[in-house]
Amino acid sequence: MVTVTHAGRRTPKVAKTNSVVKKVVMAVSGIIMLLYLVAHVIGNLKVFAGRDSFNSYSEWIRTVGEPAVPHQTVLTIVRVVLIVAVVAHFWAAVSLWRQAKRARPQAYANKKSVAQSYASRTMRWGGVIVLLFIIWHILDLTVGTVNPDGTDSTPYDRLVASFQNPFITAFYVLALILLGMHLRHGIWSVTQTLGQSNRRRERTVNAFAVVFSTALTAGFLLVPFSVLFGLVD
Amino acid sequence: MQSSVGDPGAGKRGMNLTLRIWRQKDPTVKGKMVTYKVTDISPDMSFLEMLDVLNEQLIMQGEDPVAFDHDCREGICGMCGVMINGEAHGPQQTTTCQLHMRSFKDGDKIDIEPWRASPFPVIKDLAVDRRAFDRIIQAGGYISVATGTAPEAHATPVPKKDSDAAFDAATCIGCGACVAACPNASSMLFTAAKVTHLGLMPQGQPERDDRVVNMVAQQDREGFGGCTNIGECSHACPKGISMETISRLNHDLLGALRAGARPKS
Repeated sequence: MVTVTHAGRRTPKVAKTNSVVKKVVMAVSGIIMLLYLVAHVIGNLKVFAGRDSFNSYSEWIRTVGEPAVPHQTVLTIVRVVLIVAVVAHFWAAVSLWRQAKRARPQAYANKKSVAQSYASRTMRWGGVIVLLFIIWHILDLTVGTVNPDGTDSTPYDRLVASFQNPFITAFYVLALILLGMHLRHGIWSVTQTLGQSNRRRERTVNAFAVVFSTALTAGFLLVPFSVLFGLVD
Repeated sequence: MQSSVGDPGAGKRGMNLTLRIWRQKDPTVKGKMVTYKVTDISPDMSFLEMLDVLNEQLIMQGEDPVAFDHDCREGICGMCGVMINGEAHGPQQTTTCQLHMRSFKDGDKIDIEPWRASPFPVIKDLAVDRRAFDRIIQAGGYISVATGTAPEAHATPVPKKDSDAAFDAATCIGCGACVAACPNASSMLFTAAKVTHLGLMPQGQPERDDRVVNMVAQQDREGFGGCTNIGECSHACPKGISMETISRLNHDLLGALRAGARPKS
């Protein structure tokens, strides 16, 4: 190899945490959030059983385990686990993002992507948009601060009020499609990061990722579209 | 120089090309893309021969020829990596020396850039310093055995499946195309190929855990990016090393960390 003095070479910052460990943090926190999403989409379908069924489900989430455990115990545990998962996921993502930026300070004048899927390309900014969506979504349907019906309404009323507005529904649709793409690459990435993928499984994993993320997105989209088209009111 | 330059038919088939090449005097100064024209290029020339023609032209004009790395010119040494029209080693999945001008057509504009990664600083023009790879190898890409006469071939049996998979990984020539093509400038495919190659062989077992933790720690230390499983590396690899090796590295690393292996500082 040609040798040269190291003049002008910037000393790379020593990575404090192993980059693969960061990816594992990303994968494990991703799995936790994914499992929550499955529970979430199943719960959503209660809306089709009517106002009372949906509202009592919402109430059950807060009272489950009583009187053995205090009010909202289960919900609080779930919330804490999810917040930890979101923070860990975000920390790992930002850290790897910065590491990648440092690794290529000079961009190519001409760079083609031959293997990169749209899903994998939108992981970072798509993830940021999904995070902002989740914050807004909680303020809208859980807290009610930004909901057209305000904070003094039942969960069912908030849901209907929001999705009757086509602009809000459009925002949900956009965010859920981004979420679906995020999961499509995420599921594949999890199997790689946890060392469970190989050439034989690669096709199956990718097919599963596409089917699963499409089904989950469709499941979530069912509710806003049903409200928008007057099937739920 | 190959016979294609003296080919009597070359003039008739010759291509005229516009090249935009990264010119940078040394690691300390800023570089820029400079446009050159070459004429009458035979489709039978290799890409490097085309650059040779350009350099002869530049020398005749009293200009500084374009520096580019090359050695074997037969696709096995891994020295000749450059970015051609945004793809590592150009439009074919091979090394730059094995890329032929028949992959281009008359009138084409071709952008030629060095690998872009902070652990691969530009030495001059298209030549980069890839010693970061050597240091990753030094961190664990070896087996410690007594040298001497070659051992009896059947002394250590290796299952055919393992030896095939190990050999597939061992075809890595360390050219750096994986790093160049990766959106994160990650060296994961390179390191994973070495970890897979040695980790599948019986001879590689005693140091297997230390190898993976030390090689990964070294690639982080060199300043490479992290892997996000996109797959650009594998598509750019002239040897077609698969993404499976990366999964295997991750698997080995997690096992090694659980077993208590820690990188040497």
